Amino acid sequence: MRLWINLIILLSCTSPLFAQVVISGKVRDTKGHPIPGASITLKNTFDGATTDSSGNYRFTTTEKDSQIVIVTSVGYRSTEQHLMIRPQVPIHLDFSIKEEQSELKAVTITAGSFEASDTKRAAVLNSIDIATTAGSNADITTALKTLPGPQQVGEQEGLFVRGGAGYETKQYIDGTLVNNPYFTSVPDIAQRGRFSPFLFKGTVFSTGGYSALYGQALSSVLLLESLDLPQKSEIDASISPLVVGAGTQQVAKNKKSSWGASYNYANLSLYFDVVKQVPDYFILPQFHSGDANFRIKTKSGGMIKYYTTFAYNTLGLRRADIDSPYLKNAFGLTNHNWYNNLSWKEYLRNGWKMFLGVSYSTNKDDIMQQVQDANNQPRYFGDTAYWMKYKNFVLHNRQDLSQIKAVFEKKLGTLSAIRFGGEYWYANNPGTYNDTIHSLIDNYYASYAESDIYITNDLAAKLGARFEYSSIINKSDIAPRISLAYKTGKNAQVSLAYGVFYQKPENQQLTYATGLGFTRATHYIINYQKMSNDRIFRVEAYYKTYSALVKTVPYGYYYASYNNGGSGYARGVDIFWRDKKTFKDFDYWISYSYLDTKRDYLNYPQQLMPNFAATHTASVVMKRFFTDIKSGVNVTYSFATGRPYYNFLLNNNSKYYVADQGKTKDFSSLNFSCEYIPSLGKKNPRTFIVLFASMTNVLGYNLVYNYNYSFSGLVKQPVEPPARRFYFIGCFLSWGVDRTQDAINNNL
Amino acid sequence: MKSTFIQSKIKVMKLFLFILMASTISVGRAQSDKYVAAMEKNLALFDSAKTTQDYQTVANNFERIAEAEKTQWLPYYYAGLALVTSGWSDPKIDKDANAARINSFCDKAASFGENSEIYCLRNMAATQQMMVNPQIRWATYGQQAHQALEKGMALDPNNPRLYYLQGESVYNTPAAFGGGKDKAKPIFEKAIELFKKEQPKPLYPRWGLERSEEMLAHCNK
Repeated sequence: MRLWINLIILLSCTSPLFAQVVISGKVRDTKGHPIPGASITLKNTFDGATTDSSGNYRFTTTEKDSQIVIVTSVGYRSTEQHLMIRPQVPIHLDFSIKEEQSELKAVTITAGSFEASDTKRAAVLNSIDIATTAGSNADITTALKTLPGPQQVGEQEGLFVRGGAGYETKQYIDGTLVNNPYFTSVPDIAQRGRFSPFLFKGTVFSTGGYSALYGQALSSVLLLESLDLPQKSEIDASISPLVVGAGTQQVAKNKKSSWGASYNYANLSLYFDVVKQVPDYFILPQFHSGDANFRIKTKSGGMIKYYTTFAYNTLGLRRADIDSPYLKNAFGLTNHNWYNNLSWKEYLRNGWKMFLGVSYSTNKDDIMQQVQDANNQPRYFGDTAYWMKYKNFVLHNRQDLSQIKAVFEKKLGTLSAIRFGGEYWYANNPGTYNDTIHSLIDNYYASYAESDIYITNDLAAKLGARFEYSSIINKSDIAPRISLAYKTGKNAQVSLAYGVFYQKPENQQLTYATGLGFTRATHYIINYQKMSNDRIFRVEAYYKTYSALVKTVPYGYYYASYNNGGSGYARGVDIFWRDKKTFKDFDYWISYSYLDTKRDYLNYPQQLMPNFAATHTASVVMKRFFTDIKSGVNVTYSFATGRPYYNFLLNNNSKYYVADQGKTKDFSSLNFSCEYIPSLGKKNPRTFIVLFASMTNVLGYNLVYNYNYSFSGLVKQPVEPPARRFYFIGCFLSWGVDRTQDAINNNL
Repeated sequence: MKSTFIQSKIKVMKLFLFILMASTISVGRAQSDKYVAAMEKNLALFDSAKTTQDYQTVANNFERIAEAEKTQWLPYYYAGLALVTSGWSDPKIDKDANAARINSFCDKAASFGENSEIYCLRNMAATQQMMVNPQIRWATYGQQAHQALEKGMALDPNNPRLYYLQGESVYNTPAAFGGGKDKAKPIFEKAIELFKKEQPKPLYPRWGLERSEEMLAHCNK
C-alpha cells in the first residue's frame, strides 16, 4: 500500500494543476546596501528574477515543496537557501550576500611605491613611458627623476630620494642586488645607468617604506623585473653618430625557450668635434658592451632566466686646477664590468611558489689622477703642499659580489599570502691606492618573513621583518616593516607605511675605520591615491629620521677616520597627477615635491640641509602622437629651487666649521624629443624603422649644480654640465617581426 | 502467501518503472517544449530591452535556462550576447568585470563544443576591454580580439557575423595604421553576401545584416 501512495505522490508531482506562488524580497550586501542586478534562481528551473535598482525582486513559480534558491551577483559569493513552497502561500525572502575577495577589487598597498608595468593595475607608468620621456634618452634613472621624490642632481649619478644620498638608493634586478648599476663615477658628471629600459617588463620605484624582501638601502629601492619570453624572433640594429649596435632574439619553435645576444659600441669623438665640451678630453669616451641571455619556460608555468652583460669603457679628461691658474687636473678611467643574473621562479604544489636567484658581478676600475702643467706634463709635490700632493694618485679597485637568494610563498585564500626566505652575499673588494693595498671581505646574511593579509577587499595589511648580519662590521639588526591600505571610495584609497631600514657603511669608509655599525633610517608614510583608467592623482606625506649616519673624524689635516655619530631627518609632500583623458591623443603628468631635510653626516659640523637637496622640485612631462604623420613629440620641463653649497674647513681643534655657504640658482631645464615611425600601419613590413631625435636643455639655461672651493677657500667655481645641451639622433631597425603593434601601443 | 506478495511486488515494481519511464519521457518532451518557449520569450524580451537593467535581466534569464537545461550552448550564448549589448550601450559598465562574465558564459557554451558564434562573443568582449584604453591595451586585448576572429573563421569561414566584426574593427582603425573606410568596404560587402546566403535555424543567432548595410553605407559616403 505504501508503494501505491508513493506512486500517487510521484504522479501528482508532474501534474500541472497547481496555483502560482509569488516569491519576493530584497538583496543587500553585508553592510546593508541594496545590490541591483543580482540574479535569483530556483535551482534547476527557469524561474527567477533580477533585482532592480533598489535590490528588490519578485517572481512567480509553479514549483512546489522543497526547493533551493540561489542568489548570484558579480563580485559576491553566491548563496543558496532551502525553502518550502506551499500552495497559495506567498514567500518573502531577503538575502544578505558577502563580497568576494578579488584581485580586481581589492586595495593595493601603494604607500611609497611607484610602479611601471604593462600589465599590473597599480602601474603609474608603463615601460615605454620611461623610454619616451623627453630628456631621459632611455636612461631609467633620468626618467624616474620626473616622478616626485628624487632630486634633480646632475653632477653625480644615482637617485637622491627624499633627503637621501645617491648611495642610499639600491637597484635590484629579478630580486638580487646590482652592485654597480651605473658607469663608474667621473668627477662632477653624472653617468648613465648600465641597463636599458627595454630589458624590463616591470619597474617598481619605491621612494620609501619598501618590503622586508629588500634591504641595505636607507632611502629607496628600484626593483627591475626582466622580460619573459619574447613574442617572436628578430634581429635589430641601431645606428647613430654616437653609438652603433646589433642584436638578436631567437624564440624556439615550441615557444618554450629563447636566447638572445647583442653588442653595442659607443664613441663620442665625432660628437665632441661638433658639440664643444668644457673639459678637454685627452681620451675620448668609448664604450663596448655585449650581452647574452636565455629564458626557459618550465612545465608548471615557471620561468628560468639568465642574463649576462660585459662592458668596457675608457675616458680621460682634463680641467683647470682650482688651486693654481697655471696647472691642470687630468683624470683617466678604464672600467671592466661583468654582470650575471640567473633566476628561477617555479609554481609548486598546494599553492606554494618558489623563487631562487643567483648573481655574480665583478667590476674593475683603474683610475689615474694627475696634476699637469701647461704642456700636460705631470707635476709632483712634497708634503709641504700636501693638498696638491694628494691630487696625484693611482687607484686600482675591484668589487666582486656573489649572491644567492631564496623566497617561498604560500597563498592563503584568494589574496592573502605568506612568504619567507633568506639570502647570502659574499663581497670581496681588493685594490691598491698608490702603493697601499686594501682589501675588504664581507659575508652578509639576511632572512625575512612577510605576510599579506586581506581582511576584506577594502582593508589590507602587509607585515614583515628582516634580520640582517654583516661580518665586516660584526653587527646584526632586525628591521620591522608594516603597511596598510584602506579603500575609501570606488577608485580611491589611503595607505600607510612604517619601516626601519639599515645600511652598512660605504667601502671607502670601512677601509679606514673599525667599529662602525649599520646606519639607520625610520620611515613614516601616508598616501592617498585616486585612480581611474586614464587619470591618476596621488599625494603622499612622509617623515623620516636618520640615525647612526657615518661621520668623518679628522686627525690633523689629512688623515681621517669615521664613526656612527651622524643624524638627520626629512619630511615633505609628494604630489603626482597624470591625465591621458582631457586632451585627445595627449598624455601628460605633473609631479611636485616639497622637501624639508637636514642631516649631520660626513664632514658636516652640525645638521644642515645637504647639498643635494632642493626645497621645491617639479616636472611636467608631455607626450603627443600624431597618427597622420606617424610621429610623436615629447616635451619635459623640470624645475627645482636652488640647492645649498658649503665649504667646510678644519679649525685648530681639528673640528670642521662652515667657512662659506650659499645657495645655487634655481634649476630649470626644457627637454625635447621626437620620433618618426614610417613603417607604422604597414602589415608585416620587412624592416621596421624608428627615427629618433632629442635635445636636452633646449633653452640653453646655464645650470649650476654646486660649487667647488680651492684649498684656501678663496676661489669658488661653479659645477656645471660639460656642455649646455645634449643632442641625440638615431635610427633603430628591426627585421623579421611585425612590431607595428608595439609601436602603436608605445606611441598612440 | 509469500509468493503472491513477491509477485504482486514485482508487478508493482514493473508498473512503477513503466510509469517512471513514461513520466520522464513526457517530462523530457515537456521540458523541451518549455525550453523552446522560454527561449522564444526571452529572445523577444532581448529585442525589446533598452536599459542596462533590462539586458542584465535578460542575461540572468538565459543563464537560468542554461543552468537548468545543462545541455544547451545557446542560452549561455544569449546570456553573453545580452551583456555584450549592454557593454556597447552603457559607457559606465566596468568592461573588465563584464568581459569576465561574458567569457565565463563563452567557456560554458564551448564545453558543448567550440563554434564560430562563441568566438564572435569573445571578439566583442575583448574589443570592449581594449576600448577602455586603446593605447595601453592594444597589445593585449586588441590581440585577443583579433585571435578570436581568426579562430572563429577557422571553424566556420562562412559565418557572416565574423566578417561584420572584422569590418567594424578595420573601419575604426585609423588609416595610418592600416584601417579606414576603403579597407573596411570589401569586408562589409563580403559579410552582406554571406548574410544573404545564410539559412535561418530555429533559435540560432541571425543578427548583423542590418548593421552591416548601415556600415557599408558609411563606407560609401
